[in-house]
Amino acid sequence: MDANGKRWTYDDFEVGMVLDLGSVAVEAGEIIEFARQFDPQPMHLEDAAGEASLLGGLSAAGFHVGAMMMRLMCDGFLLDSTSQGAPGLDFLHWRKPVLAGDTISLRMTVEAKRESKSRPNLGLVTLRQDLFNQHNEQVCEMRSTVMFLKRNGSESR
Amino acid sequence: MTFEEKLALGRTVELGSHTFTAEEIKTFARKYDPQPFHVSEEEARKSVLGGLCASGWHTAAMWMRHHVLGRAAAEERIRAAGGSPIVFGPARGLTDLEWLKPAYAGDTVTFTQTALSYKAIPGKPDWYMLQSRCEAINQDGKPIMRFMASVMVSEG
Repeated sequence: MDANGKRWTYDDFEVGMVLDLGSVAVEAGEIIEFARQFDPQPMHLEDAAGEASLLGGLSAAGFHVGAMMMRLMCDGFLLDSTSQGAPGLDFLHWRKPVLAGDTISLRMTVEAKRESKSRPNLGLVTLRQDLFNQHNEQVCEMRSTVMFLKRNGSESR
Repeated sequence: MTFEEKLALGRTVELGSHTFTAEEIKTFARKYDPQPFHVSEEEARKSVLGGLCASGWHTAAMWMRHHVLGRAAAEERIRAAGGSPIVFGPARGLTDLEWLKPAYAGDTVTFTQTALSYKAIPGKPDWYMLQSRCEAINQDGKPIMRFMASVMVSEG
């Protein structure tokens, strides 16, 4: 915790730590709404086209899955952290489709951490995300590096 | 038209542009990425990012929208040339995604794609894995996002 009461600072992450970031039910309506805006392909817009596709049902757009993971990360720890943002993702792999009616759960593993060389009040934490459906099948995996202020590093806020 | 011509292999294709409004930035972020600098102008001004800006996922999703629309335009061109369009299957994933700069409210972002290579997929005789470099560039010509994407394609 830092002086502003944030639970997760750079100092609070330990390599090997595993956190359950919660779960969310994926509704058909939300799949279609996201797809209309960002991925208007038939298998994300209509039941019949989804069932006829390689994905086997009305499936969430890949970036919708990513966005839902982001929300789970926000609610699971990020909004209660000293995060200064993520410069990118090492990888994002879609292993299986996320279908309407699925419930997805996110598990985070702290893979590595290092102090910033250029900004002494900051550290970088490498986080792996594994997303599972209600059958405990892995549907997505992702690795990113996020910048966090240190416990006593909140001077830039 | 050859398969490689249909894929526009090695050529950077401009997919289209989008101007991000403050309202849509906040609407997306409230649902998927409610960090203060994506949902509040005031909080954003105080943050390291300096102003209201789109979630990186919003920028990435907007790339996808333009990819899908660009794909439809490419299909039209192939049909007009008397060919049968290539068929896209599911995307496998992406690597080396970099959010180089945020897309700020009011920024006009242009999305591009460069198909780099394709290879056979073991066990799926009619399908290939296509590797593309994907980019987003702001109105000052500065790249703000890039990543490498892998998607399944078939000659159709």
